[in-house]
Amino acid sequence: MNNRIWLSVCLLLLAACSDGPDRTSAPAQQGFAGLGLAADAFATVERGGELAFPQDHAAHPEFRIEWWYVTANLEDREGRQYGMQWTLFRQALTPDGGLGHWQDGQVWMAHVGLTAAAEHWHAERFGRSGGGQAGVTTEPDYRVWLDDWSLQSVTAPGSPERGDPLEHIRVQAGTDNLAFDLVLQTDQPLVLHGEDGFSLKSERGQASWYYSQPFYQVNGTLVLGDGAERNVHGTGWLDREWSSQPLAPEQTGWDWFSLQLPDNERLMLFRLREQDNPDSYFAGTHIRSDGSTRPLAPQEIRMQPLETTRVAGRQVPTVWHLEVPVINLDIEARPLNPNAWMDTSIPYWEGPIEFSGSHSGHGYLEMTGY
Amino acid sequence: MRPLVQTLRALLAHWRRHPVQLAAWVVGLMLATALWSGVQALNTQARESYDRAAGLFAGAAQPMLVAREGETLTDDVFATLRQAGWPVSPLLEGRVRVGEQALTLVGIDPVTLPAEAAAASAVDQTGFELAAFLTRPGLTLAGPDTLQQLGVEPGAELRLASGALLPPLAVASTVPPGTLLVDVGLAQQLLQRPSELSRLLVADDPRWQTQALPEDLAERLYWQHGQSEDDLTRLTDSFHLNLTALGLLAFVVGLFIVNGATGLAFEQRSSLLRTLRACGVSGRQVVLALLFEVLLLALVAGLLGLLLGYGLAALLLPDVAASLQGLYGARVAGALQLEPRWWLAGLGMSLCGALLAAVGSLWQAARLPVLGLARREAWRAHQQRGVMLLALLGGGLWLLALGLFMAGSGLVVAFAGLAALLLGAALCLPGLLSVAVGIGQRLARGPVAEWFWAEARQQVSALSLALMALLLALAANIGVGSMVDSFRLTFTGWLDQRLAAEVYMNAEDAEQAEQMVEWLVGQPEIEAILPTGHLISRYADEPLELNGIRVHDTYRDHWPVQQQLADGWDRVGTGQAAMISEQMARRFDLAPGDSLTLGLAATPWLLQVAGIYADYGNPRAQMVVDLDALMARAEGPLRQGFSLRLHPDAAPQLVERARRDLGLEGTAVIDQASVRNFSEQVFERTFVATGALNTLTLGVAGVALLTSLLTLTQSRLPQLAPLWAQGLSRRHLAWLEWLRTLCLAGFTILLAVPLGLLLAWCLVAIINVEAFGWRLPLYLFPEQWLRLIGLAALTTVLATAWPLWRLGRQSPATWSKVFAHEQ
Repeated sequence: MNNRIWLSVCLLLLAACSDGPDRTSAPAQQGFAGLGLAADAFATVERGGELAFPQDHAAHPEFRIEWWYVTANLEDREGRQYGMQWTLFRQALTPDGGLGHWQDGQVWMAHVGLTAAAEHWHAERFGRSGGGQAGVTTEPDYRVWLDDWSLQSVTAPGSPERGDPLEHIRVQAGTDNLAFDLVLQTDQPLVLHGEDGFSLKSERGQASWYYSQPFYQVNGTLVLGDGAERNVHGTGWLDREWSSQPLAPEQTGWDWFSLQLPDNERLMLFRLREQDNPDSYFAGTHIRSDGSTRPLAPQEIRMQPLETTRVAGRQVPTVWHLEVPVINLDIEARPLNPNAWMDTSIPYWEGPIEFSGSHSGHGYLEMTGY
Repeated sequence: MRPLVQTLRALLAHWRRHPVQLAAWVVGLMLATALWSGVQALNTQARESYDRAAGLFAGAAQPMLVAREGETLTDDVFATLRQAGWPVSPLLEGRVRVGEQALTLVGIDPVTLPAEAAAASAVDQTGFELAAFLTRPGLTLAGPDTLQQLGVEPGAELRLASGALLPPLAVASTVPPGTLLVDVGLAQQLLQRPSELSRLLVADDPRWQTQALPEDLAERLYWQHGQSEDDLTRLTDSFHLNLTALGLLAFVVGLFIVNGATGLAFEQRSSLLRTLRACGVSGRQVVLALLFEVLLLALVAGLLGLLLGYGLAALLLPDVAASLQGLYGARVAGALQLEPRWWLAGLGMSLCGALLAAVGSLWQAARLPVLGLARREAWRAHQQRGVMLLALLGGGLWLLALGLFMAGSGLVVAFAGLAALLLGAALCLPGLLSVAVGIGQRLARGPVAEWFWAEARQQVSALSLALMALLLALAANIGVGSMVDSFRLTFTGWLDQRLAAEVYMNAEDAEQAEQMVEWLVGQPEIEAILPTGHLISRYADEPLELNGIRVHDTYRDHWPVQQQLADGWDRVGTGQAAMISEQMARRFDLAPGDSLTLGLAATPWLLQVAGIYADYGNPRAQMVVDLDALMARAEGPLRQGFSLRLHPDAAPQLVERARRDLGLEGTAVIDQASVRNFSEQVFERTFVATGALNTLTLGVAGVALLTSLLTLTQSRLPQLAPLWAQGLSRRHLAWLEWLRTLCLAGFTILLAVPLGLLLAWCLVAIINVEAFGWRLPLYLFPEQWLRLIGLAALTTVLATAWPLWRLGRQSPATWSKVFAHEQ
């Protein structure tokens, strides 16, 4: 919508923290998109804390950054594959939020993307929660929105019992060249990553609160660039994460995988990179079909780029060799569309993948900092 | 290349020997450029200010949603529309005072602001500081001129009259003058209007303008296309066109000087040119060298002219800004800021003008016969024959002017007609002078007198350009002067009628209006309270001022009605008729008894025209209707006010008390004398720039005459020397020369009077009607003509005295040399 403005919003990360102790650090030392900036007066993610639901589905304005991230692997009636992404980012400009109606210091950014084998569409919007343009409500219904792009819980009429608000949600977005309206449903529990949701991102202690709902069944419609409406179904994955300094200052980007393994198992893997050390830090979670988890230690994960694709003037690794020996996983992952570039104000690669080898199935890949 | 350089050097040597001629050339073009570019600088500055005002929230087409009467626009409406997918952005606007200055405080949301809005770039200019803009303490963005006006530096924190402290100031050049830009949330606090918004800007995307509003909001909101600022450009066009016309006139007069000097220089160098050709320089090279010469001189003169023009504009800007503010409420930055484009355009104009003025000489040079006889007066004799042709051309232009006035419409056409009229008159001048000289010649007795007139005939063409300049300048002075004085006389009389009430009060909002009523009923000296309501609406896609009143004898007795139906005011009182301004009547061709329909709300309002009144000085169409009927139909809130009748002596005390008791400031309460005073000031200021340009034009004409004569005296010597040889003294000859010039100039001045009157009539009856929509009665001011004639005569006497005094003082040796030189 107004990229120039958002660019400033992103740069504001520098300005907002410029009077913090990290002021002297060179611009390169702020991690990807400023996520490596020191937490300053913001709340910090402490080991040993405990997540509580549904309260933690709401926003955490005392933390600098937070996101709601939904991805889905979809298929239409003709068997064509699609990927869908719906993301809402919250960014606190100042730790002393709540100074006024408009001036709560919260700026929001939403991204949506649709990927087909030969095409990729994306859009971006910005807003402030101050005027009611964006935000999260938990009552009467759980709802996360920016303008008319929304994620809200669906309560079946006549059902007095309410489960977790995220068990049954509807995700919607529309722009000039893409639109979708999907219902995501599951009866599986939420999955906490790391130690009860405390997800470490570096040896130096940078961390975030991180939980997922990786078991969604998805049904709904897509409208692609050609204007035709398609009925689709598939599987979906929701990530919730917040922190005040999720990255170490020297970490420049990450490669993140969400994989749907056979037998209703799930696997989440990520690698954090530094300028001269692509293997700065690894983490992951093996999720069994009953929702129980086994956190993966850095040395238990191997991620190796096999091929790169030139996208938007950069070399991006799009074919990967992934190994997790403790669960006997050895696979090769390929993108549905290697050009799934999100050319947003903070650009990154995000799209659906397929994998084969010891296991086979679908998943999603996100790569930042290339 | 070498021959070209040599030729150029030979040509330029001429100017070294004739520095006065060179000075004439340069001064002429310099003045022309200065006046033209000065006027353009003023126009550019003003337009740039309007653009900033209109463009702050996108261009003229920026659509907006505003609350209907009785409704308030709040943040909820914004949130609801955003969540329905509407690309709206909130805006809150209010007036604040900082010390003595009244400023507009505008609250915006930079995150949703449509990208096409200039405010977006204003925020962009501060770059990184967006976070600072959105969070405490925040930022106040203002134009550099506003900071200058307030006398503060960036970073300063202003305190409002309300006591609230503004966040630190930062400079953003796209913010219009007199405007402070802050975050919308902060504006709500500073203006003490929590959760309130003035309007919602809608991204300029046609898809949304055809979209129906959500049902519950459709009753609360309505579309507003374009703010009144957007009309500023159109409204002020006539003002700027007037200035441009004067600037162009001055430019043309200046070009006459250049043309005269170039022609003379060519003629004096014709033998040199022939010599050059005989030496083997090709005709093309000669023309090229001449062209180089012209461009070189034009560059120097143009640059000097631009500097002078800049100074002139800086000098006149405060008055122009005051006029525009008074007339149209347009805020114009008080400090001159010009872009490189202005300098380039000015220089281009200067170069083109110089080429235009020199094209005749270049043409002659190109066709110069190598072996032709060195007849010094060859081109002049040719021109003599051309007098007839010029007169014919002039007559043609007059016919064109007549045609334009009769058939055309629109201000540009009217000005074109005026230009044709003036230029036609100027072209006819040599012919008329020849006729006059011919009469003199016929009446002449004796050889000296016969020689006197024969020489006069020959001088007609030599001086014709300078005399044309004098004619134009003087006629313009008489015309514009008569128009301004007629206007002043009419305007003063009209003010007396229109300002019938003794005291006027204006309320900021409905709440203040209620306070006023409460207070007013407790004031025993008030004889009548006449409530008024004011609203800017649109009629036929043009802005319309709607004034609601309750009919009272004050209106019957005083309102400057020009024509009306029987019981006109009683009809207005029924709510089914309206008095309309002369501007409106003319613009939409309405007469008493006609009907018109206002599309105020969903239901159209059918009104009969009950009468037409004069509304001088108002660029907008205006209408007077019944207040209650207007209130019932208005979509937005009315700006309420009260006209108070009381004994005039009691007015100042009442104003004083109202200011104290109600805490009113500025024009919120004002007595009749102050309004009158203010209006008259605006009037005077409006014509300060016009007057100054006018006087300067006359000055330029004086310079034209001076330079023509200065260069002419040189060439006159060969004509005079034989008479000297026959026994006439040098002094006698100089006197005769002077007398002859004065005769020609005097005749020109006499012709300028009827031409000036014709011009005044055109201005009053055609230009004014086209430009402002009102017609003035034309008054005649003979003493003004006499003053101008005196001034012109004095200019002429001074301009002619020195060169001819020099002629008389030249040594006999110089005179006798004439015979030694080959003629």
